[in-house]
Amino acid sequence: MFQVRIHGRGGQGVVTAAEMLSIAAFLEGKHAQAFPSFGSERMGAPVMAFCRISDGEIRLREPVMEPNAVIIQDRTVIDATDTFLGIVAGGFVLVNSNSDIRHKLKKVTVKCIDATELALEHVGKPIPNAVLLGSFVAITGILKIESIVAAIKTKFPGTMGEKNINAAQAAYNRVLRII
Amino acid sequence: MSNYTIGGGFSGENATVQSAHDRPNTITSGHKACQGCGEALGARCVLDAAYRLTGGKIVVVTATGCLEVFSSVYPENSWNVPWIHSLFGNAPAVASGVAAAFRRLGKEDVRVIAQGGDGAIADISMGCLSGMFERNDDVLCVCYDNQAYMNTGVQRSGVTPSFARTATTLPNGVYFGNEERTGKNVPKIAMAHGIPYVAMGSVGNIRDLEQKVVRAMGIRGARYIHVHVPCPLGWGYPTSETIRVARLAIRCGLFPLFEAENGKVVGSTPIEDQVPVEDYLRTQRRFAHLFGKNAPVNALESLQNMANENIDEYRLVGGLAHE
Amino acid sequence: MLHQLEGSQAIARSVALCRPNVVSAYPISPQTHILEGLEGLVRSGKLESCEYMNVESEIGAISVALGAESAGARSYTATSSQGLLHMMEVVYNVSGLELPLVMTLGNRAVGAPINIWNDHSDAMAARDAGWLMFFAETNQEAVDLHILAFRIAEETQCPVIVNVDGFILTHAYEQVDLPSQDQVDEFLPPYKPNTSLTVDNPMAIGAMVPPEYFMEVKHLAHRKQEQALEAIENLGNDFYNKFGRNSGGLVHGYAIQEAETVVVTMGSVAGTIKDVVDELNREGMKFGELSICCYRPFPVSAIVSALKNARKVIVVEKSLAIGLGGILSREIELALNGLDVQMVSVVAGLGGRNITKAMLKECFLKKSSGEVTFLGLDEKLVNSNIGSGL
Repeated sequence: MFQVRIHGRGGQGVVTAAEMLSIAAFLEGKHAQAFPSFGSERMGAPVMAFCRISDGEIRLREPVMEPNAVIIQDRTVIDATDTFLGIVAGGFVLVNSNSDIRHKLKKVTVKCIDATELALEHVGKPIPNAVLLGSFVAITGILKIESIVAAIKTKFPGTMGEKNINAAQAAYNRVLRII
Repeated sequence: MSNYTIGGGFSGENATVQSAHDRPNTITSGHKACQGCGEALGARCVLDAAYRLTGGKIVVVTATGCLEVFSSVYPENSWNVPWIHSLFGNAPAVASGVAAAFRRLGKEDVRVIAQGGDGAIADISMGCLSGMFERNDDVLCVCYDNQAYMNTGVQRSGVTPSFARTATTLPNGVYFGNEERTGKNVPKIAMAHGIPYVAMGSVGNIRDLEQKVVRAMGIRGARYIHVHVPCPLGWGYPTSETIRVARLAIRCGLFPLFEAENGKVVGSTPIEDQVPVEDYLRTQRRFAHLFGKNAPVNALESLQNMANENIDEYRLVGGLAHE
Repeated sequence: MLHQLEGSQAIARSVALCRPNVVSAYPISPQTHILEGLEGLVRSGKLESCEYMNVESEIGAISVALGAESAGARSYTATSSQGLLHMMEVVYNVSGLELPLVMTLGNRAVGAPINIWNDHSDAMAARDAGWLMFFAETNQEAVDLHILAFRIAEETQCPVIVNVDGFILTHAYEQVDLPSQDQVDEFLPPYKPNTSLTVDNPMAIGAMVPPEYFMEVKHLAHRKQEQALEAIENLGNDFYNKFGRNSGGLVHGYAIQEAETVVVTMGSVAGTIKDVVDELNREGMKFGELSICCYRPFPVSAIVSALKNARKVIVVEKSLAIGLGGILSREIELALNGLDVQMVSVVAGLGGRNITKAMLKECFLKKSSGEVTFLGLDEKLVNSNIGSGL
């Protein structure tokens, strides 16, 4: 089972990112479970959402305690919440940031990408979730970028979806070049 | 109430439904209401008129209260119409549900009437009533106003008149019955929702009441009729006097009969033979403390002012009544 | 067909497949996405012949549904927590009038203190109200239970509450198999009410019943629920035959044949418990799990037959009778009266407190003191406050 925890602030599409990730996994025939850290969805407040991906049925209902990957949509929440808690050895951390972040993580791949900039460029809004999902699959390789594209299309049919798909694709390509 | 009178320029068409030998009797005889019950009479008048107009295609939702208790104690019941009682505080919402069901089941020819006393309709259902009004659901809601919680032993309601004695507004030393100028005006609340039809009627004028029911049933959407129904037990007058007491309430101006459409008053029933409020108040024990040795100063004057305000507002006297 | 859906959307679509004529609901977290979903299906024309009513309160929501049901329309409402308590007078009325209404309860704690998160306090407030009550373990079961609920309600003339854990299920995206309209139509025939308000055959519904008859009315209601046990079991089997899924029925056992210790629970926490059971059994222990799917009527014989070989029964419940202890655990204890079983009562997850595998495992292995365990209780915080209010 691959477990993802997404941190960010209300209004950045944190919950939607987890949902789209679960849809992408579903489209690849996997089982997936996405859910928010409930009730804290106020604009600007720190928000968490979770996604589990597995080849078999997922019965576990606890929050993701030992993530294989952590996505941080807003670097200012790193100090506000314990974003790296429980991350497993060999895991991934993906941060929306235009500069490297300081951390003491060992045996964890940490990548920063200026997702806000890419989002502004492609979507015209500082909503970094599609960019981060594109980057996420580039780094982890657990899902195909085509599935992320299809998931965005499912959730946002129309031009807004198209723009987000472009953002995700651009991020995917950029991250592939970096790594 | 007379039988048909033909001749002298009158035809049978002007007779009331109640005077007809074949009146529908939606509430049939044998029920357990007190002698002289204004509410039983009011409900029968309203429902008979609606029944006559729709060819019997009405469903009646009744709130808990005297009307429900005296008419439906298992294993008997007095209702000759499809009838449901749910609770004290939800009759307008239940009626909305019945109307919604009929709309979806293709039975819109069957009309829905919600009814109850003032405790039910004016007080405990107020939220549901307002919801039914603002959605403009196709329901006629009728409030039989006897101005207190009679079923539980005459306690104050939100429409108990100023200075009236109830079991919870006892005159005692500095207390002179119900607090002056308290309470709510439900027809005005209904009008504030902008619903197509609102009226005040009374068992003291059955022809007028029936006409209002006919008017209301000719309209789709939320409608409200507030009917004055004296209660011999709660008000303290002889059971034979119900109609006379109701008529005095109209004649003194304390209970104005008017109609409103889409939030605006469109007509009122003129007072033909005005009397001072004292004539009405003296008929009832609930106002007896206003006339004794320790009567409060200004109470009569205050009540007369209220009547005068109604007379002015609805132009009830002097040929100025709305047409 | 398989979909990756939010639980509330899946429930909305399942309810829509049951073709209700009237839906009325009032928003309260965490039930809101269900009613938004249904409203969307009505306005988009995907759910035809349905009236969606925006009402002014929960008492209005269920009263509208009551009226619609009494007029012969298949009706539905949904609520949570305070909303159910606001409805409560009408909740009793619906069952008393034998109206087969279906309601979803997105389970949430009851205040004060105000708390929007999941537990089963709201459901427990309705446990004696004469409704049939089911608890969904997954969103798939939530989908299936709604289809079953309309069928069971209309066959038994008893209203049904389908309990779905608030947020944990209502807001979780997971895979669900939504049946086709044809499949549902075949399983759920059009509603033919036993009694309804009709001018062709006027009747009075909701009479006052005096002492000479009232006891008999309540006795019959009790008997009817007891008889419903058989119908619920049979319809669960029918459902399995038609849809190939083991949803509904009375109880669901997991690894209970060989189990010395069986953990009994209701709702979505069963999944986490099953993971713990597997871990413990891999370590050589003999654990099993039993989910109570049908909570009302309380399926005493099904519970006894599932637990008769167990030496220890641990009841994990998201509810508390203040001044008594566990509610489900007391009921299970009564059901097992006379059997040589050690009972352990665990109150967990109140007000949305996380229930983790680690917490459960530790709790299951601990020697029981005989007192109610509050899973994950902050003892220090409790002890620092215990004298202050007394």
